[in-house]
Amino acid sequence: MAGLSFDLIALQLFAGLALGAIYVLFAIGLSLIFGMLTVVNFAHGAFYMVGAYVGLYLISLGGNFWLCLVAVPLLIGLFGMAVERVLIRPLYGRGIDYPLLLTFGLSYVMVECVRIAFGKTGYPFDTPEVLQGAVDIGVGYFPLYRLFVIGATAVVLLVLWLFLEKTSFGLIVRAGARDPQIVRVLGVDVSRVWLIVFGIGTAIAGFAGLLAAPLQGVIPEMGGTILAEAFVVTVVGGMGSIGGAVLAGLLVGVVVSMTSLFAPEMAKVSIFALMAIVLIVRPQGFFGRAGLLS
Amino acid sequence: MTKTVTKAGLLSRRRLLTTASAGAVLAASPFRINLLQAEEAPIKIGFPVPLTGPYGAEAQDQVRAGQLAVAQFNDAGGLNGRKAELVVRDDKLNPGEAATRTLELVEKEKVNFVVGSLSAAVQLAINNVTKERGIIFNSISQSDAINEAADFSKYTFHEALNPHMTSGAVGRYAFPKFGKKIAFLTADYAYGHEMVRGFLEVGKEFNIENLGDIRHPLGTTDFSTLLPRLQALKPDILCISNFGRDQQIVLKQATDFGVKKSIQIIAPLLSHASRVAAGAQAFEGVVGGCSFYWGIEDKFASTKAFNDAFRKMYDGKLPTDYGALGYGGVRTVLEAVKSAGTVDTEKVIAALEALKYDYYKGPQYYRKCDHQSVQSVLVIKSKSKDMKNESDVFEVLSTEEPSEKNLRTCEALGHKS
Repeated sequence: MAGLSFDLIALQLFAGLALGAIYVLFAIGLSLIFGMLTVVNFAHGAFYMVGAYVGLYLISLGGNFWLCLVAVPLLIGLFGMAVERVLIRPLYGRGIDYPLLLTFGLSYVMVECVRIAFGKTGYPFDTPEVLQGAVDIGVGYFPLYRLFVIGATAVVLLVLWLFLEKTSFGLIVRAGARDPQIVRVLGVDVSRVWLIVFGIGTAIAGFAGLLAAPLQGVIPEMGGTILAEAFVVTVVGGMGSIGGAVLAGLLVGVVVSMTSLFAPEMAKVSIFALMAIVLIVRPQGFFGRAGLLS
Repeated sequence: MTKTVTKAGLLSRRRLLTTASAGAVLAASPFRINLLQAEEAPIKIGFPVPLTGPYGAEAQDQVRAGQLAVAQFNDAGGLNGRKAELVVRDDKLNPGEAATRTLELVEKEKVNFVVGSLSAAVQLAINNVTKERGIIFNSISQSDAINEAADFSKYTFHEALNPHMTSGAVGRYAFPKFGKKIAFLTADYAYGHEMVRGFLEVGKEFNIENLGDIRHPLGTTDFSTLLPRLQALKPDILCISNFGRDQQIVLKQATDFGVKKSIQIIAPLLSHASRVAAGAQAFEGVVGGCSFYWGIEDKFASTKAFNDAFRKMYDGKLPTDYGALGYGGVRTVLEAVKSAGTVDTEKVIAALEALKYDYYKGPQYYRKCDHQSVQSVLVIKSKSKDMKNESDVFEVLSTEEPSEKNLRTCEALGHKS
C-alpha cells in the first residue's frame, strides 16, 4: 500500500500513545493491588465492566457523564472494599493462588449477575456532546474524546503519585507493602490500609471502564479482552510497579499501533511477542522487584 | 484417628457440594433435558448458535424466531400429532466447540435435523459432522464455501444469503453512486475474505480501484490504530466487512475519527441487532445489505404474518434479520417434513428440493445443485430520525429480486450440472 507519509507515521504514533493511555489506566489499578497486597486480581476486568454499567445506569437515571466521573469510582471503590473485607481478607497469608482463584471465580459471578440484570446484549454509550468529533492535532485529525482520556489518565496518575509519595498515609501504604509485620508492630492497622488500597485499585478500574464505554459501548464481556492485555502490561512493566505499568502501557500501545501500520494482522500477536522478548531479557519486567511472587 | 475423620468429613462435604451444585446448574439450565418422554419421541431439531461471544445478540434472535417456527408447527398439530422440539446449544463461535456440540446433538440427543450456526467458518465445522452422519443441516449464516462442491453434500442446505449475493447487491448499488476508489477493512476469517472477493468480483463491472485491504482479527475492540491508515488512503468508499460486536465498535470509532465526513462507509451486511446495540449515531449514513427487514411487511403478506406472530410471542418485539433466518431455517425443514409425511432423511431432502416457499420475505426456493436458497437481497441504510418504533432503524434503498444470475454458476462451484 502506498501513501506512507511522515504525518501518517506521526499520527499513528500518537494513536498508539492514546491507546497506551487506556492500557495504563487499566493496568495501574491491577499493579497497585498486586504491589501492595500481592493479590493478583482476576476480577479487575469485571470491576471495569461494572464501572461502565454503573455509569450507564446513572446516566439513564438522569445523571450526566461528568457526575459519573466522580460517582462511578466512588461506588466501585466502595464495592471493592466490601469485596476485600468479606471475601479476600480471610485469604491473606494463604499463598498467592487463593485470592487469584477467588477473584477468578468472582469475575464470572459478576459478569453473570450483570447479564441477568442488564441482559446479554450490549448497550450504546454516547460520547458526551462537548467531547464529540475530531480535532486537528497538527499531523491529522484525532477524536477529541481520546485526547480527553489521555488527560484523565494523566490526572489519575498524578493524584495517585501525590497520594503515595507525599502523604503520610501513602508512606504507610508503601511501608506496608515492604514489610507488613514491622508496620503492624509499629501500631498501624495494616488490614485497614489494605482495605483502602484495594478500594482505590478497584475505583480506578471502574473509572477506566466508564472512560472506555464511549469508545466501544458496554457489554458484559468487555472486561475479558482488556484483562489479557493488562496482564501483559503489568508483566512487562514488572509486577507491582506502577511506574513500570505506565512505561509498559505506553510501549504496548505504540507497538500495537506501529505493527498495525505495517502488518495489521500481526497487531494482536505483537504484544505477546513483546512480552516474550522482555521476559527473556529481563524476567522480572522493567521495574519489577525479583522474588515478589515467592 | 481424628485426622482421618476430619478428612473424611471434609471430603464428603465437598462431594455433597459438588453434587448439589451440579444439580442446581442442571435444574437452572435452560437447555435441560426433558426427563419425561412423550409417548412418541418428538421431532428434534438441533440448533447450535454462538449465544456467547461477539455475535451473541444476533444468535439470541435466531433462537427466538426458531422457537416461533416450532411453536407454529406444534400448534398446527405437528406431524400427525407428533410434536417438534428445538434443542439449542451454544457453539461459542468456535469451530471445535461447534463440532463437539453437533456430534453430541446427533449422538446423544438423536436429533433428526440440524439448523443453525452464525459464522462463515463455524458452519463448515457443523456441516462436516452432519454430512458424515447423513443428517440434514440447514445453515442460517453467510458462507460461500458451503455452496462449493468440496464442502457441499446432499444433506447440506443454505437458507441464508451467501457473501457473493450480498456483496454483489451492495456493490451494484454503491459503486456507481459513491465512487470507484475503494479501501477495505476486513475481519480476518472466511466471512470477511469471501465478502471482499465478492466486492472485487462485482467491482470489475464498474472498474473499481482497490486501494488496499486491512485485516483485523475477529473480536477486535479498538480500531484506532487502523483508522488513520485507511483515512490516509483517501478512498471514496470504505468497505467494512465484519459483523456483530466488531461492526458496532468499528462504526462507532470511525464516526469518532471523522471518517464519515469525506468517505462513504458501506458494509456487506448491516445487522439489525448490532444497529440497535450500537445506537443511531454509530451507524448513521452507513449503507449495507441484509436478507430481511421487518419493514417490508407492506410488500409481502408473509412478512406481515411473521411479524405479527413474532410480536405476539415476544411482547410486541419485532424480528430482526438473523431472527428471520432462524425462523426460515427451521420452518422450511418442518414444512418439508409435513409434505413428506415423515422424518426420513431422503424423503425430506426431496421435499426441501421441491419446496417453492414464501414464509417471511417473499418467494424463495433451494437451487438444485447447491441447495442455496434463491432469494431477494435488500440494500438498506441506517436511519437516525423519523423512527416509528424502536425497531424502525433502516430504510430500504433498493431490492435485488431473487434470481439465479446473481449466484455463482453450478459449474463455477464445481458441481456437475
